[in-house]
Amino acid sequence: QVSAALKEGRVSPTELCQQCLSLIKSTKFLNAYITIAEETALKQAEASEERYKRGRPLGVLDGIPIAVKDNFNTAGIETTCASNMLRGYISPYNATVVQKLLDQGAVLLGKTNLDEFAMGSGSTDGVFGPVRNPWSYSRQYKEKSVPKSHSEDKESNWVITGGSSGGSAAAVSSFTCFAALGSDTGGSTRNPAAHCGVVGLKPTYGLISRHGLIPLVNSMDVPGILTRCVDDAAVVLGSLAGHDPKDSTTIQDSFKPFELPNLTDVSKLSIGIPKEYHAPGLSGEILAVWSKAADLFRNAGAKVVEVSLPHTCYSIVCYHVLCTAEVASNMARFDGLEYGHRSDMKESTESMYAATRREGFNDVVRGRILSGNYFLLKQNYEKYFVKAQKVRRLIANDFVKVFRSGVDVLLTPTTLSDAAPYKEFIKEDNRTRSAQNDILTQAANMAGLPAINVPTALSERGLPIGLQFIGRSFQEQQLLTVAKWFEKQVQFPVIQLEEVKRHDHDVFQHEKSASFS
Amino acid sequence: LAPWVPVVGLEIHAQISSNSKLFSGSQVQFAAPPNSLVSFFDASLPGTLPVLNRRCVEAAVMTGLALNCSINKKSLFDRKHYFYADLPAGYQITQQRVPIAVNGSLSYSLCIDNKMSQMVTKTVRIKQIQLEQDSGKSLHDDTRSQTLVDLNRAGVGLMEVVMEPDMCCGEEAAAAVRELQLILQTLGSSQAVMAEGQLRVDANVSVHHPGEPYGVRTEVKNINSIRFLAKAVDYEIQRQIEELENGGTILNETRAFDSKLGCTVPMRDKEGKQDYRFMPEPNLPPLILYDAKSLPANMNHQQVINIDWIHERLPDLPSVKREKLVEQYGILPEHSFALLNEDGLAEFYENVVKQTRMKPKRVIGWVLNDLLSYLKQHSLTVKESPVSSALLADLLNLLEKKEISSTAAKQVLAELWKGEGKTPLEIVKEQKLQLLQDEKELEQICQAVIDRQENEVIMMVLG
Repeated sequence: QVSAALKEGRVSPTELCQQCLSLIKSTKFLNAYITIAEETALKQAEASEERYKRGRPLGVLDGIPIAVKDNFNTAGIETTCASNMLRGYISPYNATVVQKLLDQGAVLLGKTNLDEFAMGSGSTDGVFGPVRNPWSYSRQYKEKSVPKSHSEDKESNWVITGGSSGGSAAAVSSFTCFAALGSDTGGSTRNPAAHCGVVGLKPTYGLISRHGLIPLVNSMDVPGILTRCVDDAAVVLGSLAGHDPKDSTTIQDSFKPFELPNLTDVSKLSIGIPKEYHAPGLSGEILAVWSKAADLFRNAGAKVVEVSLPHTCYSIVCYHVLCTAEVASNMARFDGLEYGHRSDMKESTESMYAATRREGFNDVVRGRILSGNYFLLKQNYEKYFVKAQKVRRLIANDFVKVFRSGVDVLLTPTTLSDAAPYKEFIKEDNRTRSAQNDILTQAANMAGLPAINVPTALSERGLPIGLQFIGRSFQEQQLLTVAKWFEKQVQFPVIQLEEVKRHDHDVFQHEKSASFS
Repeated sequence: LAPWVPVVGLEIHAQISSNSKLFSGSQVQFAAPPNSLVSFFDASLPGTLPVLNRRCVEAAVMTGLALNCSINKKSLFDRKHYFYADLPAGYQITQQRVPIAVNGSLSYSLCIDNKMSQMVTKTVRIKQIQLEQDSGKSLHDDTRSQTLVDLNRAGVGLMEVVMEPDMCCGEEAAAAVRELQLILQTLGSSQAVMAEGQLRVDANVSVHHPGEPYGVRTEVKNINSIRFLAKAVDYEIQRQIEELENGGTILNETRAFDSKLGCTVPMRDKEGKQDYRFMPEPNLPPLILYDAKSLPANMNHQQVINIDWIHERLPDLPSVKREKLVEQYGILPEHSFALLNEDGLAEFYENVVKQTRMKPKRVIGWVLNDLLSYLKQHSLTVKESPVSSALLADLLNLLEKKEISSTAAKQVLAELWKGEGKTPLEIVKEQKLQLLQDEKELEQICQAVIDRQENEVIMMVLG
């Protein structure tokens, strides 16, 4: 809709950009952004405006303000990965996905906050501090929350965004941008999408280029897309997908961007409900929402079947081994020699490396490096790494079997519960939390499958609950079509934020979530 | 004293001759200003990914075929981790699990008894050839307590050729490496110039008594020429024998060859055994090669490598060239070795043969003895020879027509060598070296001599 507005001249790109920048300032307490690229954004907006004036916009994304997670390289704009190791690091090149968005005329507002090096499920473990879920300040949440004492204010009760792409999710959720890039290795786009009430798409591995995405686990990472509605996700996907010669893991087949049909008849659809996703710790609320969703499909005429993915319970352990091993390898380049933080220690090269890495990385990163190196030792390699790869194959095969049996799309919860208060969340360490929270999202990364979170309902506490659809490899069109139908059925409410109301503009006034398509 | 059996294996790194590096587009060039040929990927900037260079794969396939290897239609890339200043990513991309070529052989020849007259052919098995990245260079500046790092070489493509321990002495090792060098240069897959670091050889040496298991081996590094290779290997064999005969033991260590002292010394840098924590390289899919049979019908020619296509286009290898020379010109095998051993010499020889009526079997002596020794004396390459093949052919024609004697010919050659632009005929005339063909004239001269020296003639006739 905003795209149409831009085209019709109802609003100009510079106005839009300024609105967003000003909203970012007034929602600073969310800590969603690490770097705000005000100058360059305005320049981009001006250029876009020129194009609209001449009637020559580059496409639907021209002039649309976007944000990018701070683990994507952006030329000339600091890229930190929320780590001391890369504080002040200005990359000389743009990640392919960033370049593609810029080439389409999108306006890059800034880099969003995350868990350090994307390791975490809360967006609480970066050096710039935790990200706050905008819903913490929504009327919906405040109405439902009972203050324990009158001295307790909104400051202490806020809930997390989930992670690790929490900044991007919060940015989209709080209307400071219309789309954002995240990354997804074990659920890092879908998890915060669920907690922040936005659409979070994890594309099939190999569909979108990872060139310029600072890797966590090369064999599982994908750039993730966060938007306010499914149609928008399809538009962004269309501009990003396709072979990149700079990334040898992208498929060669040509990709055709698609528009999503408005599905009315779901009778030919087969929805699978994997029983193993009724995981320990799954809240009663989420279980109920999941059930209701299944009924929704059934009542509309779709075939809804229970299926089994028997190796699901092994995926967390398997993921832990493979993830830490790749982390240990990927982090080896951070030695302070070529770029990034370098310690003052001058005794020897080795001591400089050690000091640099101790100073530059937080405990979470260092912990994973140590574990990963342990698993990669010659005497352990077969037992752990190779074993985990074999288990990974089994997990992927579970999905293949289920899809082969006629199921089109799987329906599962995205998270175990709604967003936890920060104070509760930090009671357990990162590793524990990750193990708990990744359980529903991470198998899709193991198998390389596309998956999407669709905001479904509000919890009793007034916080978003989302459900996940997992599709067949490279069948994003089918996946998103189903997701769009579901989105239409559930009519998830718009977040009611004071700050947004103050920045009243007809662009933001909708009954449905604001979108740009 | 029980005899000792020395066992020598080699690990050879050959820099691939290509325009750009193995996984990135930066240029490959010797002696460029420091850090001027470094791409983002070479510098290990976060987020960069490797992209395989087709030319490097072709070079490895050519080399594998030339060495009679099986080319693996599917090979894999791995990461080998260790921390060092010249390794920006903290790991090297190599092929540890499944390399591109395996199970080949290399035949080489040696002269026995130091005579060029008897050559014997030996074979060494090639265990494998793998593609891997070269590291950068680091220079230690002890006076300022700093290390200077130049990443120009980081990421250049290497072929590691592993030769099984089938050799027994320095001479064999040297001959094998020399033959490999010639093969690589003929293929063009590597320029293989040791002095420029394009060919690096590490030797694995051990000794044992016949019938007993192999002894502990040491690795010898820092060998900068083929001559030093032979010396280093022989020294190490001797050192091990002496050590063992004196009741000592051999440590499984890495030693450096000191060319000034002519001995091997333990290397201080290498501490203990490193665990390289090998891991598959996740950013590179398996390397798939095709042959005529397996090539899919509508595959883009740009995207695939056809092993058979490469095989068909391999140039004549040195061994084949030598056979042809022997057959075509009737020269001895050792002559063909000498011809191929010097860059451009075989071509020179063939050009001379074409331009002269002298039999090739006679020409060879002139080329190998006279010309080559001149070149060696003055440290010139064949290309730099002041005597061209045409000039030499002219000279040999005079000799063939018996217009001069062979002693005179050598004199003319010495004069030609000065490179003053004179033709052989001009020199002959200048120095009055022509043989007299006229019998009558000869008779007159002889008679004149006899007349002048009457007494001596009588003495001679009497006995």
